[in-house]
Amino acid sequence: MISEEQVRHVANLARLGLTDEEVTRMGGQLDAILDSIEKIRELDLDGVPPTANPLDMTNVLRPDEPREELTSERALSTAPDPVDGMFAVPRID
Amino acid sequence: MLDLTAAALAQKIREGEVSSHEAAEAANHRVEEVEDRIHALLTPTPEIALERAGRVDERLRNGGIKPWEGVPLVVKDVLSTKGIRTTCGSKILDDFTPLYDASALVNFGEDLVMVGKANMDEFAMGSSTENSAYGPTRNPWDLGRVPGGSSGGSAAAVAAGEGWWALGTDTGGSVRQPAALCGIVGLKPTYGRVSRYGLIAFGSSLDCIGPMTRDVRDSALLLQAIAGHDPLDSTSANAEVPDYLADLEGGVSGLKVGVVKELMDERIDAGVRGVVENVVGGLEEAGAEVGEVSLPHAYYALEAYYIIAPAEISSNLSRFDGVRFGLRETADGVHEMYRRTRERGFGDEAKRRIMLGTYALSSGYYDAYYSQAQKVRTRMIRDFRDALSRYDVLISPTAPSVAFEIGAKSDDPLAMYLQDICAVPASLAGIPAISVPGGLSEGLPVGVQLMSDHFTEPMLLRAARAAEEVSGFAFSQRP
Repeated sequence: MISEEQVRHVANLARLGLTDEEVTRMGGQLDAILDSIEKIRELDLDGVPPTANPLDMTNVLRPDEPREELTSERALSTAPDPVDGMFAVPRID
Repeated sequence: MLDLTAAALAQKIREGEVSSHEAAEAANHRVEEVEDRIHALLTPTPEIALERAGRVDERLRNGGIKPWEGVPLVVKDVLSTKGIRTTCGSKILDDFTPLYDASALVNFGEDLVMVGKANMDEFAMGSSTENSAYGPTRNPWDLGRVPGGSSGGSAAAVAAGEGWWALGTDTGGSVRQPAALCGIVGLKPTYGRVSRYGLIAFGSSLDCIGPMTRDVRDSALLLQAIAGHDPLDSTSANAEVPDYLADLEGGVSGLKVGVVKELMDERIDAGVRGVVENVVGGLEEAGAEVGEVSLPHAYYALEAYYIIAPAEISSNLSRFDGVRFGLRETADGVHEMYRRTRERGFGDEAKRRIMLGTYALSSGYYDAYYSQAQKVRTRMIRDFRDALSRYDVLISPTAPSVAFEIGAKSDDPLAMYLQDICAVPASLAGIPAISVPGGLSEGLPVGVQLMSDHFTEPMLLRAARAAEEVSGFAFSQRP
């Protein structure tokens, strides 16, 4: 069982605001989903390497050559609050 | 013109029988005619379609165009389109306008005749398109039913003739399942075959862009248009792009076809199994050697997927924080700003998967869930390797049922996730898989899924073409 406190802890890790009603509902749904995926823990997978990429690629590099990039002005054009060529945010707390 | 396949229309455009501009007008007209019933598009782009079609016609007169150019296309709203609103079906990107085009669109050609941006489950999470923040899309076969998802808008647009073909994206079945439910062809290529650059990420180790088309030939042609290595996507495959059309009519004589035992059990509706058996019988008559094959870890694939995908989601969706783009809610401090922005901007399923993924990655649970799921993935790949050493092509249903009614599963996330049981094994393994309409059950289309080894799309498409032939199913526009 996932507790309300755990739901609030995970929501905080994810920087996700949840209403009290959502915390309760989400807790129940997460429980049901976690119960259903519990069965993969019954498999004995000792010594099996984990897969992160299906093509087994590692350290793909490309030549470090300059190419046309977005200007900072363009990159800031989608920002909610651009100030002096920077992304402005509220006070860091 | 509306009854032609995309390949046939492309040929008529090149031969000067029809102009791309006329095709764009016809597509725009069809959008106006059916869109208030289907709601396949979030942002129709009729003027852009006409303007670009005009330029294609001009280039055709002045030299030439690529074989697929000029045929109007619908694009899922998760692919970045320069200067054209791109929402991912989410309120958090309600007024977002990308600064560049996705590489797959660039590959298609400089004047992509785009009819519109297609509706989808928010950030491609869902199997019914009901998770769109902009309301559901309706299945052209039965307006009371879902078109599947997450590329439900793209699938419905093709089935309804709002454009001749579409691009979707497939993380755990999101091209194949809606294609199955709407009676069209949907291809998830090998992971890395099509660049993900400009595809707004959901599950980075799983996401694939794929064609959604009227038939298998169109699928091959559209894959030809978008495939290729891209230095801007480090996971894109540096492998030559073969000719996907050359051997399309080669037939299945001598081809070894394995029916996947675990995906033909009682979890699949009997009517769906019947259609698959029928197509398998037809392939056997056409000369294929048919047998039964086992993928033991297919029983665990859905569970592994519903750990890996949410884990990647929780990471990828952290970029939506009100700083660089999209919605921002006001607050005194930055943390409260993050929380409020994400609370307001994300819908229920996005929140649920962010929570699930964050939980699975959090201290104390990482090994039990995420690491274990990655090991199941290794086993799943090994199952496929064994099976594909004995068979050329594997076959199963695409989805466990036909299209269900709108609202039937929207309050039960687990029931919705079960829609993906047949699709996720290929996603975990990164192999190509295609859904072809196999016939009808309960008067609604059923998809047959064919899978093959990494980068063997030419053979997969050849087998799919044969399956299409024996199914006797032919595209016709609805409603």
